[in-house]
Amino acid sequence: MPQSLDYLKETASQTAGPYVHIGLAPGAAGFQIFDQELGQEIAGPNAAGERITIKGRVIDGTGAPVKDVLLETWQANAAGVYAHAEDPRHAQVEDGFRGWGRVITNFETGDFTFDTIKPGSVRGRNGSTQAPHISIWIVARGINVGLNTRMYFDDEDNSADPVIKLIEQQHRRETLLAKRQSDGTYLFEIYLQGDKETVFFDV
Amino acid sequence: MIADTRPLAEFYQRDRTLHPPAFAQNYKTSVPRSPKQALISMENTISEITGPRFGHTDLGPLDHDLLKNFAKDGDPVGERIIVHGRVLDENGRPVPNTLVEIWQANAGGRYRHKKDMYLAPIDPNFGGCGRTMTDENGYYFFRTVKPGAYPWRNWVNNWRPAHIHVSVFGTAFAQRLITQMYFEGDPLIAKCPIVNTVPDADAIDRLIAPLDMNASIPLDSLAYKFDIVLRGRRSTLFENRLEGN
Repeated sequence: MPQSLDYLKETASQTAGPYVHIGLAPGAAGFQIFDQELGQEIAGPNAAGERITIKGRVIDGTGAPVKDVLLETWQANAAGVYAHAEDPRHAQVEDGFRGWGRVITNFETGDFTFDTIKPGSVRGRNGSTQAPHISIWIVARGINVGLNTRMYFDDEDNSADPVIKLIEQQHRRETLLAKRQSDGTYLFEIYLQGDKETVFFDV
Repeated sequence: MIADTRPLAEFYQRDRTLHPPAFAQNYKTSVPRSPKQALISMENTISEITGPRFGHTDLGPLDHDLLKNFAKDGDPVGERIIVHGRVLDENGRPVPNTLVEIWQANAGGRYRHKKDMYLAPIDPNFGGCGRTMTDENGYYFFRTVKPGAYPWRNWVNNWRPAHIHVSVFGTAFAQRLITQMYFEGDPLIAKCPIVNTVPDADAIDRLIAPLDMNASIPLDSLAYKFDIVLRGRRSTLFENRLEGN
């Protein structure tokens, strides 16, 4: 017998369930308990850059909106800097810019909306550059392991993005694009299943 | 943009054989909510090795104490318990200063949520959520009541075992995890379609918190210990340390 590796094993995921809001957004569950709920403001008032609004829905395999979903978003600031110590330029992040948010839907319609600033490009691996994107993590009842995806912008040049290029089927790359609307907002619809199934990543 | 081409210290790839598949026939809600295409595997970039950080200024002094954080005219009904443990990574290292959030039903199995219509009553003194930061050793604790089992619509007569939902961040978006903690000795665990989405028996056992009499408080509270393991990370020895990092 060889020596045994002494790594621990990652704790298994379990669904966030229908009442995820109690823990992560109690105001939406219908009560006030904490002095401040986390993730309500992604960019803060001091962040430079273009203020944008993203609207969308998460749609299940039957075509119905997922009304009890919770999304978390993670992004760099307009200069492409993450508010995290491992970003070499993190000290440049504007006071109050967190880059992280929690997004919930209207329980009746499944529509979500969030406001932030448009992120800048960030470095990729091996000297490449990643196009502006927001990382998104999706949990809900019926989702056994949180789903990772990315939102890119259809009015940016995404042609050299090294992560998009990992997607073999060209038409599936479109599923990651938020589409600019005539009113200036972006529309980002996430399909869990079906012909338009969004690309999800094993990060 | 900066021209920084140093390799990143990636997190170990998630062992998907220890996690539930997206599609689990016996957990019916997963049927229309499970992606059918394969996940696209990608190596970590700076977008995944970074993630939100939190501090004590984000929290209130009673946030970790579910006996008190929603109490109106007394303590909540139920068996008083302490839930404590450590957040570790796969290398066995503690994960300090990371946010742990929990939510749960009350002792009767009812959630304080406008969508929960179960006939067990709301407890006026129990909110059912809490949050805390791990200390420098990765240790955390909460004070709460033991949640009740409750029925749910899946098959006609499914009951969830008593459980507490747990959300953990780690240091990176790649480590983000939500799971559920169960209680030693509960006969409903083995019958639960959600528990049984986990395909590995040992991985299920690791979701079950043992009774921990050493951490109980005599004449006050029982205790259960729940350690949480997040993805570990490669050493940066070969890439960075040689450059003086």
